[in-house]
Amino acid sequence: GLGLASIAGEARAQEALEPNSYEDITQYNNYYEFGTGKGDPARNAHTLTTEPWTVKIDGMVDRPGAYGFDDIMKAMTVEERLYRFRCVEAWSMVIPWNGFELADLLDMAGVQSSAKYVAFETALRPDEMPGVRFPVLDWPYVEGLRLDEAVHPLTIMATGIYGKDIPNQNGAPLRLVVPWKYGFKSIKSVVRITLTDKEPPTSWNKANAREYGFYSNVNPEVDHPRWSQATERPVGGGLFAGRIPTLMFNGYEEDVAELYAGMDLTANF
Amino acid sequence: MTRVIDAINRGARRVPTWVVYILYMLPVPYLLYLAQTGGLGREPIKALEHELGEIALQLLIIGLCVTPLRRFTGLNLLKFRRALGLLAFIYVVLHLTVWVVLDMSLLWGQMWADIWKRPYITVGMAGFLVLLPLAVTSNNASVRRLGAAGWRQLHKLTYLAVVLGGIHYLWLAKGFQLEPILYMAVILALLALRVVPKRR
Repeated sequence: GLGLASIAGEARAQEALEPNSYEDITQYNNYYEFGTGKGDPARNAHTLTTEPWTVKIDGMVDRPGAYGFDDIMKAMTVEERLYRFRCVEAWSMVIPWNGFELADLLDMAGVQSSAKYVAFETALRPDEMPGVRFPVLDWPYVEGLRLDEAVHPLTIMATGIYGKDIPNQNGAPLRLVVPWKYGFKSIKSVVRITLTDKEPPTSWNKANAREYGFYSNVNPEVDHPRWSQATERPVGGGLFAGRIPTLMFNGYEEDVAELYAGMDLTANF
Repeated sequence: MTRVIDAINRGARRVPTWVVYILYMLPVPYLLYLAQTGGLGREPIKALEHELGEIALQLLIIGLCVTPLRRFTGLNLLKFRRALGLLAFIYVVLHLTVWVVLDMSLLWGQMWADIWKRPYITVGMAGFLVLLPLAVTSNNASVRRLGAAGWRQLHKLTYLAVVLGGIHYLWLAKGFQLEPILYMAVILALLALRVVPKRR
């Protein structure tokens, strides 16, 4: 039962992470702007134009403006981060991202002391995104983090996978990665970052507030109303992959639990 | 038009029902082959579960078409209806088996909790339970035992089962998705046809 599961979970947290294949990572995606099927993004996302690309950084910053992707890359230090990735649908992968810390990008724009939250927005290109013809969500896709979550050293903007430029279906040319939260928080193809003092709206929360909270931290003890979050299936293991226990904060409890000290994680899900 | 219908009816009379069973079981080995060779994507379990469930729902819907087709067009496929119903049941059982064995890895505690706590799973399981007596009585001996009227009465549970199946699909979708809505619309339309008053 539960005892055994938690022991197995701890054992897994200790062992070295084995990354998924490049094919797993780039052919099994949720990117609803390109269709709701898992294979749709890999099939359809080639139409997305990623050059040139600018990220508008505005709101409570000292240097608001449109930052060109190449200029950002010149200023940032890209490193590899091998992270667990846990989807809210209860599947998971291990992904070798290349990227830089979001904190460094925010420093570039100069965050003002009044800022408390960071809002993100995905590109909305009806001509390039066949999925946005149907109102699966209220487009454009938006996400948000509390400022302390955003500047946490684990939070990165990913620009590559396995040392290659990040493919369109994974959120080219740059996407957020917050490894202790459900995957949908890690917004793709970011075109705008806004510093604000109010909790920003987020797409899945707008679609169904009962099921998707602002925090959406991976938590095996707080179930999605329609399915359990206690276990997950690693993608790439074929028909008999089985399930493994889901770890608190997706295995990053030691690094991030203090961000939520004193908070009721059942209410702030 | 009537000549075409008559020709189809004559042809259908010559086709033995086992042909329908054989044809409709072919997707099973094909899907298993696809699952093993990457044809169902990088995560074949959910895909296989979904495909089997969708075929089951389609079969229930095709079964629902038999009566209105006969009534409104004269096309008589009545002899295949039992096969369609039993095949639907077989696919529901396969769908359930994939869920229990491959998807949930026999985690009985988690499954039991899900059946009670998760509405779409509750509804799906209810649909399976409703189909159970129908599958068991889909034979001539049961028709004799129950009497034609009683048997017909019992098998009206199909309407409930297909609605539960439609809700099950509708409820598991994330966001506002088109396919489950279309299935539900077709189901409701086919049920509505049954309350169209008979012409004199």
